Amino acid sequence: MNEPVPETGPRPAPVLALKDVSKSFGAVRALRDVSLQLFPGEAHALAGENGAGKSTLIKTLAGVHRPDSGEVLVDGEPVVFHGPADARDAGIAVIYQEPTLFPDLSIAENIFMGRQPRRSLGRIDRRAVRETTAALMKRLGVELDPDRSARGLSIADQQIVEIAKALSFEARVLIMDEPTAALTGSETARLFSVVRTLRAEGAAVLFISHRLEEIFELCRRVTILRDGRWISSRPLAGLTEDDLVRAMVGRDLGELYPKQGTDVGETALSVRRLTREGVFRDVCFDVRRGEIVALAGLVGAGRSEVAQAVFGVDRADAGEVLVNGRALPGGSPTAAMAAGLALVPEDRRQRGLVMDMSIERNIALTGLGRLGRCGLVRRALERGRAADWAVRLQLKYNRLADPVGVLSGGNQQKVVLAKWLATEPVVLIVDEPTRGIDVGTKAEVHRLLSSLAAEGLAVLMISSDLPEVLGMADRVLVMHEGRLTAEIPRSEATEESVMTAATGRDTKAAA
Amino acid sequence: MTTALDEPTTTTRDDGSARSLVDTVFRAREISIAGALALLVLGTWISNPRFLDDQGVKDLLLNASILVLLAVGQSVVVVTRNIDLSVGSVVGLSAFACGKFVAGTDHGVLTVLLLGTALGVLCGLVSGTLVSFGRVPALVVTLGMLYIIQGFDYWWAHGEQIGAAEVPQPVLDLGSGSVLGVPYLPLIAFALLAATAYYLRAYRSGRELYAIGSNPEAARLAGVPIRRRVLGAYAFSGAVAGFAGALWLARFGTVVADNAHGWELTVVSAVVVGGVAITGGTGTVWGAALGALLLTTIGSALVVLKVDAFWQGAITGALLLAAISVDRIVTLRMTAALRKRSARHGNGA
Repeated sequence: MNEPVPETGPRPAPVLALKDVSKSFGAVRALRDVSLQLFPGEAHALAGENGAGKSTLIKTLAGVHRPDSGEVLVDGEPVVFHGPADARDAGIAVIYQEPTLFPDLSIAENIFMGRQPRRSLGRIDRRAVRETTAALMKRLGVELDPDRSARGLSIADQQIVEIAKALSFEARVLIMDEPTAALTGSETARLFSVVRTLRAEGAAVLFISHRLEEIFELCRRVTILRDGRWISSRPLAGLTEDDLVRAMVGRDLGELYPKQGTDVGETALSVRRLTREGVFRDVCFDVRRGEIVALAGLVGAGRSEVAQAVFGVDRADAGEVLVNGRALPGGSPTAAMAAGLALVPEDRRQRGLVMDMSIERNIALTGLGRLGRCGLVRRALERGRAADWAVRLQLKYNRLADPVGVLSGGNQQKVVLAKWLATEPVVLIVDEPTRGIDVGTKAEVHRLLSSLAAEGLAVLMISSDLPEVLGMADRVLVMHEGRLTAEIPRSEATEESVMTAATGRDTKAAA
Repeated sequence: MTTALDEPTTTTRDDGSARSLVDTVFRAREISIAGALALLVLGTWISNPRFLDDQGVKDLLLNASILVLLAVGQSVVVVTRNIDLSVGSVVGLSAFACGKFVAGTDHGVLTVLLLGTALGVLCGLVSGTLVSFGRVPALVVTLGMLYIIQGFDYWWAHGEQIGAAEVPQPVLDLGSGSVLGVPYLPLIAFALLAATAYYLRAYRSGRELYAIGSNPEAARLAGVPIRRRVLGAYAFSGAVAGFAGALWLARFGTVVADNAHGWELTVVSAVVVGGVAITGGTGTVWGAALGALLLTTIGSALVVLKVDAFWQGAITGALLLAAISVDRIVTLRMTAALRKRSARHGNGA
């Protein structure tokens, strides 16, 4: 699978480079003195843990963020991008993890938005738009109708549209943020063959992936980021996956994942043949008291959707959910909460917190009934409860009356946890508990989850962070394309066994 | 891995049907409104043939013209996932200001139209600036503008009324004259409608309005100048409302402080009934104009059929709810259909 990269004599000048770039958001320093050089005809990997600053780096190259200090250089000349259009005009194409298309517009319009070819009087030459799109699709070897609306395209096809967009303005730099996260094996292969062609034609590629073997397959050099800092840039030849992981993590994994051994009790949550048409099918598993069960898989495998259905936010088409042996009525989060379920959602800004509301009020939201009488909330009780939890979770805050929005990501996550733990749940479902959280707080969240499990809570943890899954879970459930493909005990869970199940490689022969 | 390269097209074979599904749904909207309109006209005509005599048709078109104009302006804003509730009071302000300006003078038609339009642009720019650059929600901004302009108008008019006798004849002729039997007003409305429809379809900035409403984040990443476009949409909506105010003066001759009071909601109803999604990104001005025509026709038909005027509001409301429910159900159905279809792909591949 490893493809030898041809040596091309003396190296040409970098087409795009960052020099000592720093960028902060409020108190969070997302990038510190980061440098990067991209050469024509070469694929370059960007590696780092979640929260290492990869997204910020990409958005800086894409003209979305402007660096606080340092320079962006195109062909060796410093430039300032005032917006994404400037970066595009410089020949930089970015394919984000979640493709950004206009669902209501046609594929052809999506590709040419803002730069449609024009004929007399400035009118759009719609025929040229359609024909050029058809030609691009042909070049990419896909049968997508240029007039079809983008609504309902699969992620893989959406990415093809994004690549067609890059081709349409003859991008010299192609930046891809985890493009394979939601793709199947054959879709990934199709994507890679397209990228190889572009690379051979002289495009510079910046490639981000959590699947290390893909990095080795496609790229020649790698730049590693950790906590917003540049760690190293070097050729991949001679490096092993372990070397990369060590450089990315930069510390002993044991510190980060302080999992305590616990006594596993009786079954608390039982999910039986849960099915939601087109999303997931026949999902069965148990979570017992005192146990942390990880639900691993690629983005789009249906993990969050399972959690939503278990909690009753989405209605399942078939199957049942039992808490302490009693079946939950479908489609009722209120009933789920009453039965002792708690769900800490993935997107804390959208779903977990009311950002403008104070810390204490956010914590009180789940238990308003218990904090007052006759429907009136008693402030003293509210504040008391918030203060208790703040101490317990080592929340770093100024005043409990401050809006949650001013806290750091990690502390916001603690508030969400406090809010749900205050309901005294039997089963805690956490969806990506440490996404976008700095490493220090991450360890605190892990310690907290571990001690909660030790106290007898059943924890179901959805995580895309492989080291987290391996470090924290007593058992690992793996989903692939809406099905549970593996259940791996802690002793047998390795990066390889989980990823194999997550990419559906071993089930492929059967399908 | 190498064998997989042979099947790159498997995920895309259903595109034809997916497209026709989407297309059918949206074309169906305009056709069904046109159908409802035809039925309504036919039914009313059968019960009272005078509904469709020369004068009847002329009245119908004249009554619809201003609403159609406003619906066109409103659509351009709604397509960007915004709303302009100030149009009713802008019409009122423009009509009164134009009346005050020409009363007892011999100013020409062009001057009046320009004055009205300029006033409208001004109001539109204020709303647009607050929405696009101030990032205040459109609903709040334009509701505020509605009350401010209305208040100003009352204060200015002070119960005063400008009568047709004070308005110069050429201006009144614009409202009542016709070419080849077709009154000017519908012709003007149609011209503006056709021009706007063409602009929205054939120009980059027109397509960008749809892009903004369809996915603002993607529009930003595609380098669409969102704020400028939204500001432009409001300026256009304001201009149309101001222009319509001048036409109001020409049509009715008599103006008071609260002309077109409450019209903003009728306009928004017309636009939504006409298939312009209130969530932005889809719909055409043709649909919006049909919606405006339908609402006007319902009003006229009820008068002809001697039904209590109260029912007009109720019917408009019912239509609005039906339109929104249909939109919602269709979206849900379509999403589910596409979801299941791609699921079959996933399992079948």
